[in-house]
Amino acid sequence: MIESFFRWCESSSIGRAVAESVWAFPILEAIHLIGLCLLGGAILVVDLRLLGVGLTGQPVAQLARQARPWLIGSLVAMVATGVPLFLSEAIKAYYNTSFWVKMSTLPVALTFTFTVRERVARRERAAADDPGKAADRVVGAVSLALWFVVAAAGRWIGFS
Amino acid sequence: MIERFLEWLGDTPWSVALLESLYLWPLVESTHVLALGLFVGTTAMMDLRLLGIAFPTVPVTAFTKRLLPWTRIGFAVMMVTGLLLFYSQPLRYYHNVFFRVKLVVLILAGLNAAVFHRGIHRSAPGWTHDDKPPRAARIAGAVSLAAWALVVVTGRLIAYNWFDCDLQPQPNWVNRLAGCPLGAE
Repeated sequence: MIESFFRWCESSSIGRAVAESVWAFPILEAIHLIGLCLLGGAILVVDLRLLGVGLTGQPVAQLARQARPWLIGSLVAMVATGVPLFLSEAIKAYYNTSFWVKMSTLPVALTFTFTVRERVARRERAAADDPGKAADRVVGAVSLALWFVVAAAGRWIGFS
Repeated sequence: MIERFLEWLGDTPWSVALLESLYLWPLVESTHVLALGLFVGTTAMMDLRLLGIAFPTVPVTAFTKRLLPWTRIGFAVMMVTGLLLFYSQPLRYYHNVFFRVKLVVLILAGLNAAVFHRGIHRSAPGWTHDDKPPRAARIAGAVSLAAWALVVVTGRLIAYNWFDCDLQPQPNWVNRLAGCPLGAE
């Protein structure tokens, strides 16, 4: 059932177009990487602050609010390039453990980022330089760990 | 001369072991890629701030004081892993068109950063809170963004062998740009 869906993906017109083109896959990959840079930056600015390092002295809520458009923009760029990359080699992905690790961690990372982390980061604090409570640090660390797994497993798709 | 040295370097036991390793090479390569998020990621956030299109309420000096140390750590990781990757296959990278372009742009990005820190950033306390930093700072941010994006793209393309010297015939400009030793054949 699932396997036939993946076969259908690979035989889709976009999947075949990317697979048959010499340049499409590398270019999509390169843009995917640029998205990774922006996503990394948008996430790190807030997570480092939650961990009590990086842009300390800036209110977390403000950092999170101002990082948000870049976070969402880079996620859109990653999905827009990631989907055609996947379509071009869907069957390989189906038999690839790293692919499944990435795809099962990704929804967890997304949900965590837009629910728990968002709520904690935007909570009103007494002072801008609030050193950050233990909960902040845990949220920052969990976010970093989740996105690290997504990125590392994503890179490993090409090796396994 | 350089080629002889690189050929020797690529024949050293550790270079061969790294290239042929099952997990070490992919681990070094993955670290190189993931460090992009830290290095280019924090650089890009700072550049966007300089352009006046991100983090308008965060002073520019907060970025250079608090975030730059993290950028430096990212850069160190990129350099160490990048040099190791080069060491694993020196002659191939030396003759790779994308690698050569990447190195040139890398140097330009470094010069741009040096000019920024020695130049307009010295007067940063005067404009650190400005929504829209002075023109020189905005130019530095734009050049930095463009240069690092190009470094990332050419870096990724190094993996493709379209223009490799051992895949002849190649157009003349490719052979010249890659410095292919055609006379030896």
